[in-house]
Amino acid sequence: MSVNTVQFQTDADRMQQDGDRREFLRTALNGYILTRSGQQSKYGDYEAARTTAAAIKWQAIENLGEHLERFADNLEARGVHVHWCSDAAEARAAIVGVLKKHDAKAIVKSKCMTTEEIHLNELLEKQGYDVVESDLGEYIVQLRREAPYHFVFPAMHLKRGEIRELFERELGDAPTDDPEALTMIARQALRQKYLAADVGISGANFGVAETGMISITENEGNARLTTAMPKVHIALMGIEKVIPRFADLAVMLPMLALAGTGQRLTGYNSQFAGPRQEGECDGPEEMHVVLLDNHRTELLAHPEERDALRCIRCGACLNVCPVFKNVGGHTYGTTYQGPIGSVITPHLRGMKDWKHLSNASSLCGACTETCPVRIDLHHHLLRNRHSAAESSGGWAERMQMRGFALVMRQPWLYGIASSLGRWAHTLSRPIHGTRLDPVYAWRKTRDFPAPAPKTFQQLWRERKKDQPPRH
Amino acid sequence: MPQDSKAAILGRVRAALRTPTSPQVMPPKAALELAESGPARAEAIRRSLPTGGENYEESKALFAEQSAALKTRFVPVPSLQAAGDELARMAAEHGWSRLGAHAGELVTPLAEKLGLETVMTDGGYDPNELERCEVGLTECDALVAQTGSVLVTTRSAGGRALSVLPPHHVVVARKSQLIGALVDAYELLESRYGDAYPSFMTFITGPSRTGDIERILVLGAHGPKELTVLLIEG
Ligand code: SF4
Repeated sequence: MSVNTVQFQTDADRMQQDGDRREFLRTALNGYILTRSGQQSKYGDYEAARTTAAAIKWQAIENLGEHLERFADNLEARGVHVHWCSDAAEARAAIVGVLKKHDAKAIVKSKCMTTEEIHLNELLEKQGYDVVESDLGEYIVQLRREAPYHFVFPAMHLKRGEIRELFERELGDAPTDDPEALTMIARQALRQKYLAADVGISGANFGVAETGMISITENEGNARLTTAMPKVHIALMGIEKVIPRFADLAVMLPMLALAGTGQRLTGYNSQFAGPRQEGECDGPEEMHVVLLDNHRTELLAHPEERDALRCIRCGACLNVCPVFKNVGGHTYGTTYQGPIGSVITPHLRGMKDWKHLSNASSLCGACTETCPVRIDLHHHLLRNRHSAAESSGGWAERMQMRGFALVMRQPWLYGIASSLGRWAHTLSRPIHGTRLDPVYAWRKTRDFPAPAPKTFQQLWRERKKDQPPRH
Repeated sequence: MPQDSKAAILGRVRAALRTPTSPQVMPPKAALELAESGPARAEAIRRSLPTGGENYEESKALFAEQSAALKTRFVPVPSLQAAGDELARMAAEHGWSRLGAHAGELVTPLAEKLGLETVMTDGGYDPNELERCEVGLTECDALVAQTGSVLVTTRSAGGRALSVLPPHHVVVARKSQLIGALVDAYELLESRYGDAYPSFMTFITGPSRTGDIERILVLGAHGPKELTVLLIEG
């Protein structure tokens, strides 16, 4: 088993013991589902909107080369510097290059999962830069020196008391449990950072090929301040974020809001078309867009899997996932958690170490049903399982599966096996859950339901006996 | 090096796409055709999303409804004069002493009438000075009924910071600026700026907000705690 598989299992076990935290998560996610369904019911035809959104992203991916070139040409025409980066190391080098050129020291960041993907903060901190996350949730997890729990709600696992302790410890502020007061403490602490920062780093939710713009969606206004005050703006963007036309945003933005947080539209949806232009009174003097591949083209090479690149990172599939609810975000050990994370991480970071994620699904299909761009998530998980099994599955597992198939095909064998199973279940009761139990690993956290007094086959036979044959 | 990576990435993209996409993961053909055609796409989007109203009265009612849900204060007023009175009342109520503003057909007379110490952003300003203003007064490009949003650009609203740095943002708009849906807003942006877009355009939907602590709504996370929209109907 790979290190990551073991880590997944230990963390999942730990979360299983923490009933309190699971309950807390569940309440939060149920709140999301309620708000979302309220908004969704106001749509003229939600399924049609979904299909349009999926078609737009599909067009984008299907002609990715042309769109990317057009996007970059248009950006450059507006005076934006474009950096093409094949992997994380190149992207980090491009960003550090810009920082060096401007002799920057203080950096303010708005939420960007792609910077998590390339581990930018660790590098910048090691090199002595003062880098601060400005999204409240990100700021909290940065102060705690931990990874975001959920790529849309980074600090959703924390209770207010934990945040109070954190702020007392890290910021030396007066103790308060009130979410509003806590938010104001962060607002105060970050205000000066925007004004003092040399460079602002953001992500991008969409890149518009037609006009050479990036679009950023947020609720707090921190991305707006990050891109308004410092004299340099760097945006890091995965190559799959490009969309064909400006007007596509008229459906993509509401769909992102609805799926992401259940809002009709997120607080601020901003489009950036370059650095300060002639006649404008503020804004950065320089803007850079760093385009990142980092194995996305490998995913693109799979004709059956490339639709995962349509993902707009709304997080909806996490919010409805029974596995996410039970194991929590940190257990995944990935930048992108939940179903979409389980689908793409093995492709982005290697099947060998990450194939266990394909099993982090109940295949219930809730993720597929909720995805605003119609990514067939649970079938992807199934296919990943298949390729993982093909590449490794031991002979013991193969024999088990063959045996299972044989038994399931023969009614008489199935009959024998099920009575044997019932006997074994009853006879082995004294050792259930102890180390002598042959299925201890499985049973230590759960149990089989007690067998019904009669099997289906018995009931069927009895019923047939009692009833006269029908014609 | 960057140029090499450009060629390498585009090369990988094109090589990858040489294998056609599996039909299983493609959207329906009708949807793809629809997405190809401009007017049909706009029409489909208009129909499938929440409505923006069929006429001014409907749109106004929708904007009011969305504003209430978002905690935006929406105040229709009969004239520029009345907008000025409302502003004066608000200034007294909140105890404003410093105003951030920009030159504009509506803002200039209102700012003059208000008579507070004023930081004008046109032609450059000191951000620390703007940060000390209690209120930012701006015009906008449009009000969007469907979502309760205010569309501002660097062109219409005095730059990037004026509408986000001060803790209270007041928008003044004319009746003709109220539009139905987001699709209309994009059509408007294209026709107004298609040749030379401003470097910054944003849809402001309610005051700044966060739910990052226990998913409890808090206003004024980083941007304005309060948003007021004055709609001049006369
Ligand atoms: S896969 Fe779909 S539901 Fe999940 S984050 Fe991406 S777009 Fe949202």
